[in-house]
Amino acid sequence: MKILPFFVIIPLSAAFLISLLGKKIKNFGDIIANLGTLSLLILSLNSVQLANAHKILVYKMGNWVPPIGICMVLDGLTSFMLVTVNLVSFLVAIYSISYMERYTDKYRFYTLFMLLLAGMNGIIVTGDLFNLFVFLEIASIASYALVAFGTEAEELEASFKYAVMGSVASSFILLAIALLYSYTSTLNMADISLVLSQKGRGMLINLVAILFLAGFGLKAALVPFHAWLPDAHPSAPAPISAMLSGVFIKVLGVYALCRVFFNILGVSSAISFALIILSIISMVVGAFLAIAQQDIKRMFAYSSISQIGYIIFAFGIGSPLAILGGLFHLFNHAVFKSLLFLNSGAIEYSTGTRDLKKLGGLNSQLPVTGYTGLLGSMSISGIPPFGGFWSKLIIIIAAIQAGYFLSAGVAILVSIVTLAYYLKFQSHTFFGKLNETRLKVKEVPLAMSLSMIILAIICVIAGFLLIPIFRPFLQNAVNVLLLGKGYKDAVFGAIR
Amino acid sequence: MSVYILCLILFCIGLYCVLRKRNIIKIIIGLGIIEYAINLFFVLVGYRTHGRAPILAKDQVISNMVDPIPQALVLTSIVIGLAVTALLVAIAIRIYEKYGTFDITKIRRLRG
Repeated sequence: MKILPFFVIIPLSAAFLISLLGKKIKNFGDIIANLGTLSLLILSLNSVQLANAHKILVYKMGNWVPPIGICMVLDGLTSFMLVTVNLVSFLVAIYSISYMERYTDKYRFYTLFMLLLAGMNGIIVTGDLFNLFVFLEIASIASYALVAFGTEAEELEASFKYAVMGSVASSFILLAIALLYSYTSTLNMADISLVLSQKGRGMLINLVAILFLAGFGLKAALVPFHAWLPDAHPSAPAPISAMLSGVFIKVLGVYALCRVFFNILGVSSAISFALIILSIISMVVGAFLAIAQQDIKRMFAYSSISQIGYIIFAFGIGSPLAILGGLFHLFNHAVFKSLLFLNSGAIEYSTGTRDLKKLGGLNSQLPVTGYTGLLGSMSISGIPPFGGFWSKLIIIIAAIQAGYFLSAGVAILVSIVTLAYYLKFQSHTFFGKLNETRLKVKEVPLAMSLSMIILAIICVIAGFLLIPIFRPFLQNAVNVLLLGKGYKDAVFGAIR
Repeated sequence: MSVYILCLILFCIGLYCVLRKRNIIKIIIGLGIIEYAINLFFVLVGYRTHGRAPILAKDQVISNMVDPIPQALVLTSIVIGLAVTALLVAIAIRIYEKYGTFDITKIRRLRG
């Protein structure tokens, strides 16, 4: 349990060092960022073993006993999310070495990148509700700045829109925390759950639930709250688009939503009904808007909305199989969506455009990008041996088992639409006739292709997470959510 | 009770300002108002009439004290709000350099 604070300490101190020395020492940012993310990846893989052996571990900050002091909690869900985030961020950091050469002030990019990572890791490990809010704001502010990183007109506009909507969402979350504090007089997640079970759920808790749903729903870009995402994600530099779409919306939106609703407030039937309705709308709207796009990154951004719909849909159903499918789809989506955004970055890096109409036949010039992009597209649209197929299959089977026949049908139809727009992406970029002005286009540098190849391999073998040897990785996370309000007993059991 | 309602009215004014105003500086001010409304509410949650600071000292009996935790949390929240406002104002200045206007309806280069 001594490793827990390091998930926040390493990225924070890396951000501090890079901002201090990055300008003076050449390549300092590259080295520190890559070493930092590599060590975080190793620590997070270690945390999987710890979570498997001990079930739950609690770190007391400054040795204050939790209902009074702040604690950090390591359980199955935490370790699962940590692996997902740190795996993607490590590969994105490798990719950034070459990609970010196009921008000036690379060290500032790494500073913000590490702050973003510190915020996300903090949200995952913390066991205190206000602490969660602080980390959420650290991650959000870093992401507003990163979206505006290019300081072109469109990027500033997107960043402003995103920052205003994000701040309103944060205000809702803070208001919910204030109301919850006024009702329970505590901020520790496990303690809130304990007080709620003793005191009973008043009407106030329903208001708190709605405020949390609006706040975290906006961060997760569920459909009525999605307007910022298709502007913000394409405007950021490609590695950051990969981070934002791959893990950011999942940590700030999906993970926080699950933790609050499953482990603290408890899922009522009204909440799960609301989640299912919102997710079905997200799936359909995201998929149909994605077909119409001509900008590659914009298409992927709408696709993220649609896929987040699948994940939330699974949590809305709430049966053990559905939660397994939802978490597995979360992992898969983190891998293939970041791969696809890195592909779009590679295309832009080589050809200077990301307009589907101006591309075509790039497979001969960019073989690595082409084939990894093909693997990513097949995985996200659910072609059998890949990870994306299994997770979608599990979600749909779970929906049918739970009796949501209509929703399951919609999920299958959306999956077909997904296949359609990824076919459009493939045929307009990698297949077809090559534009003659592009005969001199070269493959991207080694660092960029390396991270794309690793992500593509993970896409292919992700299905193996379901076989018994690797199963505990997912199953422990599922168990935490199934435990529901037993979370408080587990935490208080671990303290004593 | 009336103070809570006043907080709510302040919150609604801020929300109205964010949703309806066309000038981006006014939108930023609206965000500030929302944030102050919530901070005020949070402090009022811990307030007790005729309460005093909960500092323990010899030969003093504290019968009625103000809850200090919301005050500590609001301090943190104010600092976060400062960071967001500073970033937003910086972005607003850069937007003015690029577009030559603060009017949100004229800043529309991104399509839906």
